Amino acid sequence: MEIHVFMGLLTLGPIVWKVLGKDILSFAFTVGFLDDQFNQLQKLQDESSPYFVMEVVTMFFGDSEKLLNSIALALEQKPVDFKSVDSHVHQFKGSSASVGAARVKDVCTNFRNICEAQDLEGCMRCLQQLQQEYFLLKNNLQYSFRLQQEIQAAGGSISSME
Amino acid sequence: MESKKQWSGGASLSISASSKIIDKSMVNYMTDKETKISALIVDDDAIIRKIHKTMLERLFNIEAEMVKDGKEAVDLYRSGANFDIIFMDKEMPIMDGPEATKQLRAMGVKSMIVGITTRAAGKDREEFLAAGSNRCFEKPLDRAKVEVVLQEHENFSI
Repeated sequence: MEIHVFMGLLTLGPIVWKVLGKDILSFAFTVGFLDDQFNQLQKLQDESSPYFVMEVVTMFFGDSEKLLNSIALALEQKPVDFKSVDSHVHQFKGSSASVGAARVKDVCTNFRNICEAQDLEGCMRCLQQLQQEYFLLKNNLQYSFRLQQEIQAAGGSISSME
Repeated sequence: MESKKQWSGGASLSISASSKIIDKSMVNYMTDKETKISALIVDDDAIIRKIHKTMLERLFNIEAEMVKDGKEAVDLYRSGANFDIIFMDKEMPIMDGPEATKQLRAMGVKSMIVGITTRAAGKDREEFLAAGSNRCFEKPLDRAKVEVVLQEHENFSI
């Protein structure tokens, strides 16, 4: 249900999001896109590295999309090499856990179990779910970063989520 | 230049020459000879290496080097390097964490080795401990886990 609400909110214009301000991230925490690990990353950001979170998340976006492609390709092979699929999902799980992408991590956990059972249909469903969760998170974070940059450019400041 | 103040509660505060207070809650971990604790991060994922290195340095003032797999860690030690603590990922190409741990222990390495895995319960944990690691944690490595490790580190003093 909350995913549909979130998708609806994303269609609102930038002005509305400016009014909502940092509540974009609040929403992400509330619906479980992000967990406390993201807070931990924000605490590592300071004046000497003001873009630390954005750098880490940008690296995560790049790696994640490569991994999603790799998983999709691995599932198209005949026969499917489930160990190869599992290896990519394992990597995705590790990086998503480290950036606080809780729902992506949870899908990866389930995906690994399905891989172990060598259930191809189940793996295809998991891949679809993973893609959905990842792109929802990416859209959320990109909006948040864009707003933060606009607020900071206008002379405002952003406090980190606690 | 740094000055260090200690309180009876055990926490210490490090103030740099620029007089900026680094972090009131940051504990400056020093050995008896006031040399920093050193750490080696062994992980094939660049994101995780970056996060762990930044966390160790910013929150704990621990100098951390990084390598991409178990073989690089073993080769580093063979070349004469030594670290107080190794944070070792489990699944890595070329040489995984448990194998690297086994080889390091066979070389006589006494560093504290902390296994990090996406599945810290059950088989993964047993494999790491059987290989000779001191501890095994589930990813992500966070502040609380590092504090546990440092409390157990034999050279730790506060």
